[in-house]
Amino acid sequence: MKIRFLIPLAVFLVMTAFLAIGLKLDPREVPSPLIGKEAPKFSLTDVMDASKAMSTYDLKGDAVLVNVWASWCVSCRQEHPILLDLAKRGEVTIYGINYKDTREEAQKWLRSYGNPYHSSAFDPNGHTGIDWGVYGVPETFVLDKQGVIRHKHTGPLTQAVIEDELLPIIRKLRGEP
Amino acid sequence: MRIMLLLIIGSLVAPLLGAVEVREFDDLEKQTRYEHLLKEVRCLVCQNQSLGDSDAELAKDLRDEIYSMIQSGQSEEEAISFLTDRYGDFVLYRPPFKSVTWLLWVGPVLFILAGGSIAFWPKRDKQRQANPKELTDEERLELDRLKRRID
Repeated sequence: MKIRFLIPLAVFLVMTAFLAIGLKLDPREVPSPLIGKEAPKFSLTDVMDASKAMSTYDLKGDAVLVNVWASWCVSCRQEHPILLDLAKRGEVTIYGINYKDTREEAQKWLRSYGNPYHSSAFDPNGHTGIDWGVYGVPETFVLDKQGVIRHKHTGPLTQAVIEDELLPIIRKLRGEP
Repeated sequence: MRIMLLLIIGSLVAPLLGAVEVREFDDLEKQTRYEHLLKEVRCLVCQNQSLGDSDAELAKDLRDEIYSMIQSGQSEEEAISFLTDRYGDFVLYRPPFKSVTWLLWVGPVLFILAGGSIAFWPKRDKQRQANPKELTDEERLELDRLKRRID
């Protein structure tokens, strides 16, 4: 048996391996250039109270989650019970950015489904969303004590994402100065 | 029948009309800058469409941002870096040559070289067939023996 006849088989196996990896990749997962950088500044108002200001300054001091959501977003509804559960456990403070929504709809949404957020910044025209590189709600950012973005999850959260991805990072960030 | 035909044509043309809004510029040069830019940038929501073609909500917002940047006299580079600062090099159809993108740029050349070297590799078997003088000692002995048998 000549070894040359094995070359097509080897090429085929290598191609299969690459294609198999390619199938598993999610093209929607675009690496964010903001990781390791300070969270883009905003100064907006609290979605529940138009007279209450909310800015990036409020996010500093502890490792926190920032969840970008909207009342029109179907997947946000899907991840909502998981956020509520996480908020109830009290392990981490969750902030929200209410993206391209109306105040009325957003408040109604939080009232009927529950509010897991310490507070949500109201971003009706989506400028803050663009500054944060948001391209598909829901998106969740992990910020460290200095307000630097350390991790980003695109798409709805699941229990597994919380346990295996987000909480370990938050615990690690808590240990940092 | 004619109405049917009109409806079909209408339904084919309608999405083309709806996708991109009309922009007015105070300067023709700005308009070309804007239109060129939109072809160079990928929409993040519909990744197979350029920012100029996409009907996604985010694409519209980004077009608004770019329009106001260009209209206020900013360069194409400034608009590009506005986008890449937020969304990364992924949005560019022609990403810069970097440590993570070198394979993307060099890959095709490597494939041509690999393919070429396989195609033009000296073919040992055929050369031997074309050149019967190249017999091993054993083969020559065998040939002599066979020749003697014929005689």
